[in-house]
Amino acid sequence: MNPQMVMYEEEFNQIQAVVERLVKEANAKVVFIVDKNGQLIAAAGDTENLDTTSLASLTAGNIAATGGMARLLRENEFATQYHEGEKANIHIQLVGNRVILVVIFDARSSLGLVRLRVRRASDELNAIFEALLTKVQSPDRNDVLTEITDADIDNLFND
Amino acid sequence: MSFINYLSREINCKLVYYGPGLCGKTTNLQFIYNKTAPEAKGKMISLATEQERTLFFDFLPISLGEIRGFRTRFHLYTVPGQVFYDASRKLILKGVDGVIFVADSQIERMEANIESMENLRTNLAEQGYSLDKIPFVIQYNKRDLPSAAPIEELRQALNANNVPEYEAVAAKGDGVFDTLKAITKLVLTELKKGSGQQ
Ligand SMILES: Nc1nc2c(ncn2[C@@H]2O[C@H](COP(=O)(O)OP(=O)(O)O)[C@@H](O)[C@H]2O)c(=O)[nH]1
Ligand SMILES: [Mg+2]
Repeated sequence: MNPQMVMYEEEFNQIQAVVERLVKEANAKVVFIVDKNGQLIAAAGDTENLDTTSLASLTAGNIAATGGMARLLRENEFATQYHEGEKANIHIQLVGNRVILVVIFDARSSLGLVRLRVRRASDELNAIFEALLTKVQSPDRNDVLTEITDADIDNLFND
Repeated sequence: MSFINYLSREINCKLVYYGPGLCGKTTNLQFIYNKTAPEAKGKMISLATEQERTLFFDFLPISLGEIRGFRTRFHLYTVPGQVFYDASRKLILKGVDGVIFVADSQIERMEANIESMENLRTNLAEQGYSLDKIPFVIQYNKRDLPSAAPIEELRQALNANNVPEYEAVAAKGDGVFDTLKAITKLVLTELKKGSGQQ
């Protein structure tokens, strides 16, 4: 089983910085990061009119489906996917087999540029998530969950 | 696998509705969607065939109240029930925090229920989970139908472990939120336990 995903301010700021730089350097409309279970981790760019929660879940479903296909073909994961639309294109990259980096771009950018910038961002993100995982697994982290009482849980439903 | 975000102060969990084809999984989500305030829910997505049979999954993000200053958010998924979609069902179980088994109470669906329950156990085991340990509740749906089997019979066939069980008429909404509350409680309790062991 996978360890629990946890996000702290320090790592989030690092991740957000990578994502924001990628928007600029790749001339992208939107960049976001999703974990393999479909939870949105970070987003940057023109996200205002975008349903990022839905996109996150569908992206994860998509990666899961192609991962399933890969297994049937005895391939490793298909780490990269690209979908070309009339106005928007979407580039999906699996990072460290753990999170998914999604870049949405239009004619102001190009696949070549996006690929190039994604490669560097992936390496950086990989390092950040690795460090995050180590931190999550360390025994002495201050965890909000241990403080939750049964009464807290009951109170959720007292309406 | 839950996701704790200390920055946005959110606890995110994944729940999966499992069960044989046409037992009422999508109907459960539709009712929850209709009864949840706009600010507490996202869009409901159904990846379905033209005949409205679930092809890959339904997805509904909802948020419940706060615990210790953390907003609790649940991602609800359904699986496609038909036997031949097994590969898709396995994918959707990845990272699951809690499972709701929706049984079709009709006596003629007894075999399908049992088969689906065994399929759930097998597919969870493949992901490294045990059905005996994961937060799990059972819903006996379609209690309104004349051919509904007695609860005792369903219980014997499906609930050997005596997990929390609820009668439901999902089409009318009866029992839908009772089931949801029960599983979210179990999931949060499990999260708390799991973190205490570290
Ligand atoms: N009579 C009755 N019909 C139901 C009930 N719940 C769902 N249905 C109907 O059963 C059919 C299949 O439901 P659906 O939610 O699509 O099943 P799914 O395959 O498990 O997603 C639909 O026509 C529903 O309206 C119920 O409690 N009673
Ligand atoms: Mg369905």
